[in-house]
Amino acid sequence: MSTIIQHDENPKLMKGNEALAEASFRAGLKAYFGYPITPQSEILEYLTEQAPNHKDVIVLQAESEVASINMVYGAAGAGVRTMTTSSSPGISLMQEGISYIAAAELPCLIVNVQRGGPGLGTIQPSQGDYFQATKGGGHGDYHLIVLAPSSVQEMADFVFDGFRLAEEYRMPAMILSDGALGQMMEKVYLPKSGSLPKQEVEWATTGKPASRERNYITSLHMDPEKMELVNLHLQDKYRKLKQEVRCELINTNDADIILVAFGLTARICNKAMEAARAKGINVGVIRPITLYPFPYEIIASFADPMRMFLTVEMNAGQMVEDVRLAVNGKSSVYFKGRMGGMIPTPEEILLEIEALTEKQRTMSQSAGYL
Amino acid sequence: MSTTMNGTMEIVYEKPKTLTDNPTHYCPGCGHGVIHRVLMEVINEMGIAEQTVGVAPVGCSVFAYNYMNIDMQEAAHGRASAVATGVRRVLPDKFVFSYQGDGDLAAIGTGETIHTINRGENILMVFVNNGIYGMTGGQMAPTSLCGMITSTTPYGRDEHFIGHPLKITEMIAQLPGAYYVARHSVHTPAAVRKLKKAFKASFESQKEKKGTCFIEVVSNCPSGWKMNPLEANEWMEKNMFPYFPPGDIKLPATMK
Amino acid sequence: MISGTVIIATEICKGCELCIASCPQESLGLSTSINRKGYRYATLLRNNCTGCVNCALVCPDSAITVYREIKSTKRQSQSAQPTVATQTA
Repeated sequence: MSTIIQHDENPKLMKGNEALAEASFRAGLKAYFGYPITPQSEILEYLTEQAPNHKDVIVLQAESEVASINMVYGAAGAGVRTMTTSSSPGISLMQEGISYIAAAELPCLIVNVQRGGPGLGTIQPSQGDYFQATKGGGHGDYHLIVLAPSSVQEMADFVFDGFRLAEEYRMPAMILSDGALGQMMEKVYLPKSGSLPKQEVEWATTGKPASRERNYITSLHMDPEKMELVNLHLQDKYRKLKQEVRCELINTNDADIILVAFGLTARICNKAMEAARAKGINVGVIRPITLYPFPYEIIASFADPMRMFLTVEMNAGQMVEDVRLAVNGKSSVYFKGRMGGMIPTPEEILLEIEALTEKQRTMSQSAGYL
Repeated sequence: MSTTMNGTMEIVYEKPKTLTDNPTHYCPGCGHGVIHRVLMEVINEMGIAEQTVGVAPVGCSVFAYNYMNIDMQEAAHGRASAVATGVRRVLPDKFVFSYQGDGDLAAIGTGETIHTINRGENILMVFVNNGIYGMTGGQMAPTSLCGMITSTTPYGRDEHFIGHPLKITEMIAQLPGAYYVARHSVHTPAAVRKLKKAFKASFESQKEKKGTCFIEVVSNCPSGWKMNPLEANEWMEKNMFPYFPPGDIKLPATMK
Repeated sequence: MISGTVIIATEICKGCELCIASCPQESLGLSTSINRKGYRYATLLRNNCTGCVNCALVCPDSAITVYREIKSTKRQSQSAQPTVATQTA
């Protein structure tokens, strides 16, 4: 279920990072805290440049990503729409704060414009933070809502989805982008302001009137029985979140080979699919849009012994584990990945497809002998 | 409870209503309880409880929100001033304070402490310095004195190996964002009265959006120091005060 | 001398003795019995309290409420002797 957004009539040509920044103003952002890191610094730059036109929005450059995420904690606890953005090494620094935010059930938006790692890595695009984003990332049993844009248009639109879902479920949401999507310029129809009203919340710490008990934001529960109840409540929320699964299916119904890819690699897979179809190979693409909740059931519905899955990622094979869980042995699942800032080309994916087609042909032949 | 007794007596001192009725988890004689009460007394007397948001740390005072009957947030270890910044920036007309111990403010949170004050965040930072990590069982703190025996300096703090006790209050007083910086204690009635004045002046200056007020309270840790409360207060006066002398460190002209 | 008295919340008191040391009248001492937490609690031993509030100021547990004699100008009825309150709360 996507957020109903009204868009400008006329498109703009913008960088992904800038489109996301502009969309955040239009989504009713009230407080932004961030720290420079390539390849997402344009977000902070755009917001600080435009801040004078948005006097009711706080845009503050913090001293570190650690401080940024904790400022987000404070602002979210005070009940306002708040966001931080960073890239992989900075997101690692934020993990402690994200765990606290998830535990204290505070809504906020975190944007990760991924770059290659591990370590300081490279400033080139990567999808190496899939595990960190979708499995929790920090300590304890928690999850984020994870949205994976694959265009500049979605960089803008998902700000609205992210805030809406975060506030509806009282949990942090993450836009898991990458350096290529952040830096590329594309046509974008910007979402219009005012389409995402902010609900007043009763739990915010804004000063305790005599009419109510004090509000306190905490993640500490010394009594293990209480702590388990808090955990059960969180898990219950994550189960409910499954209704928000989003996934794009392209040519999947007649596909002998289904490519599974998110974000930037999904675009490349679309190209590879077109090339394969031109050669008479029936290829489809499944693009998970929500990486958490992950579209297990949708992928499972395509699992078939005669069908092969090829997961393509810019990492050593992370989402492929979820694809394998989804098909649960009913199909063979293969993986093609590039790492460290390398982007796979449609041609090399096509080569993989052709190799799988050959394998499929041999398998069906040997099945014929039996 | 009535305010008079037999028509002849009137209450001259009672627990402020800005404290909850929860009994504290603090050890007998611990300064935290007094500092909590003085802070809440000031908020009560100034009539600003409905406009105040506090931020609790990680450490012994992690449960401050159980005792302070106002809206509170509990921050990650060392991050109280960053959280308070977030609150302050989106609630510019409210009163905001952070409450931290020495490990929280002057070790793991040093960066946040310095930058919060350097931005001149219009908050009150309460810094309770007892030279030890109380909650985790008496380990060396950034402010443990030279030679001080703790559970991680069992032979005494060797400053040549592990560094000197950090005078963070004197350090941050150098920052232009620091408006009012003072060091107090709560071991005597007179000291408690002085601290109360300092808290009051800090909240008054928040109305004027003057910048960061930073009040260090040199306090005790009877359990961590392995002394009874009276001995602990004596030890504090004799050993802590020479290194961390009470008094105003940065006093704005309007307060002189 | 102005007379006063204190009421000590004995179940809150942890027997730290800081109030006892701060009392200029030496009015306070520790009880012989213990409270439910197992502490000997502070108690008013002598009837010479002046209501100076020193004890309450240093009490970490906010366990002490201090009363003081109403000045004769404020008091409607006069000459009634203050009574020492029982130590309950």
